[in-house]
Amino acid sequence: MGMTIAEKILAAHSQTPAFQPGDIIKVNVDVALANDITAPIAIQAVKESGVKKIAHADKVVFVLDHFTPNKDIASANQCKYVRDFAHQQSIDKFFDGGEAGVEHALLPEKGLVLPGDLIIGADSHTCTYGALGAFATGVGSTDLAAAMITGQAWMKVPMTMKFIFKGTLQPWVGGKDLILYLIGKIGVDGALYKVMEIEGPAISALELSDRLSMSNMAIEAGAKAGIIAADAKTLNYVKTRATRGYTVFASDKDAVYDSITTFDCESIEPQVAFPHLPENARGISEAGEVRIDQVVIGSCTNGRIEDLRIAAKVMKGNKVAKGLRCLILPATPEVYGRALAEGLIDIFLQAGSIIGPPTCGPCLGGHMGILAKGEKALATTNRNFVGRMGDPASEVYLCGPAVAAASAVIGKISAPQEVVK
Amino acid sequence: MNFKGRAFKFGNDVDTDAIIPARYLSTSDPEVLKKHCMEDADPEFPSKVKKGDIIVAGKNFGCGSSREHAPIAIKACGVSCVIAPSFARIFFRNSFNMGLPIFESDEAAAAIAEGDTIEVDADSGLIKDLTTGRQFQARPIPLFMQELIADGGLMEHIRKGGGI
Repeated sequence: MGMTIAEKILAAHSQTPAFQPGDIIKVNVDVALANDITAPIAIQAVKESGVKKIAHADKVVFVLDHFTPNKDIASANQCKYVRDFAHQQSIDKFFDGGEAGVEHALLPEKGLVLPGDLIIGADSHTCTYGALGAFATGVGSTDLAAAMITGQAWMKVPMTMKFIFKGTLQPWVGGKDLILYLIGKIGVDGALYKVMEIEGPAISALELSDRLSMSNMAIEAGAKAGIIAADAKTLNYVKTRATRGYTVFASDKDAVYDSITTFDCESIEPQVAFPHLPENARGISEAGEVRIDQVVIGSCTNGRIEDLRIAAKVMKGNKVAKGLRCLILPATPEVYGRALAEGLIDIFLQAGSIIGPPTCGPCLGGHMGILAKGEKALATTNRNFVGRMGDPASEVYLCGPAVAAASAVIGKISAPQEVVK
Repeated sequence: MNFKGRAFKFGNDVDTDAIIPARYLSTSDPEVLKKHCMEDADPEFPSKVKKGDIIVAGKNFGCGSSREHAPIAIKACGVSCVIAPSFARIFFRNSFNMGLPIFESDEAAAAIAEGDTIEVDADSGLIKDLTTGRQFQARPIPLFMQELIADGGLMEHIRKGGGI
């Protein structure tokens, strides 16, 4: 019987390759990631276990990106706790200060996650790396602690759902729109406990940044992983970044799927997810009149250079609407540097945007862009739960960079065509 | 082990931002987190909940972030277990890894009313609504995960030589 990519990667990392969906297996992990919010609990668990020196420091990646630059004394203490542990344990893949960026933008950029890898991360958006043909899944801090000590994790073998995108993309539609559309069709638990395998001619035509946006939000459909098979574009992306070997896996023709669903891109317009769930996706033509107080462009979903180029294309020569705050946060120092070199930062500043440092800050209502009671934000982030970006009585709408930039200019949720004629 | 307490009902897709908002994640101290447990879903919950009480929620409980602060906050405020038709997968594994008992039952989640007195036999998964006299059977828990709960979580399981 044929196997899916997910099953092949699990088998390659397990001592018990003959498994069925639903079985619980032990797997060796290639990368174990945590951030300044989730690492402290993992570190505390390691300390309480009595282990003095972790055996798998080489697999560990820590990125201080959530409440950084330190937003208050408590978060400064959390960061220091992680920093001290990283130094003590000789964890060399430790990103702090001016080397830190939003983790799921940073790791692919640094070549730390590669095709065929099995990656766990104490951050739900770890599924982002599925776009490189890896099995990457979010876990908790205790899983991270266990992986630091044993190099392993336990996995319940998931079924795979296949999603095929056919046709060509409509103007201003990107990976973010496709994944919001998909989540709108299957719901926030539509892929619960399962792997989403995303393919088709429209996906092959996407660049890596768009694919990373899609895999990033697999968790918003409840999925364990969101995998896009590695192709020539993937290999072109990783070849200059990788410092170790990697393996390209493809699903067998007779692989068994839980379901196969096909979408036609001809009928998919730019999407907006309304409060308070990512599944509340609508086409931009059905958005109606929604005035907004804040726009956020950035995050692990859409803070890459390609996203900023799209936003700049829309914003060039225009002004941010009066009374609206437009925050732009390049996701990594490298993205920031390229945006400067390409003149994008200048376009954003001329338009009246606020440029922030690489941080997760506003996405999770951490800092740098908190909403007041009753305020509405449109963001290129990935979650619009109640209170996600601030006051429990505020609202978050989700979209891609083109709609975000156009809406910042007009002051209400708007199609890019309304700005770029 | 048996759990007995009052039911606190919540709807579908309760996310981890509702269980413990990110604005409190600059600490992982259970004593701080418990004061804000479920506050964006029910601001009164932290003051109403008593030791042993049971959360009964709709589908996909715990969706969203991987934060273990969510099961930590639920445990710290005295909740003995959570019953729902389904759990988001990271919350699901976090609960077993940390020793928070959770039970999947469509019928129990639908039939139990706010304030009912509930008794759960953790070993058999039998859920009794003592207020209405109705009984429900939770879905069986895989053997490995039963071991995690019995050992008090993943780290203790590893320490006892169980490996991962």
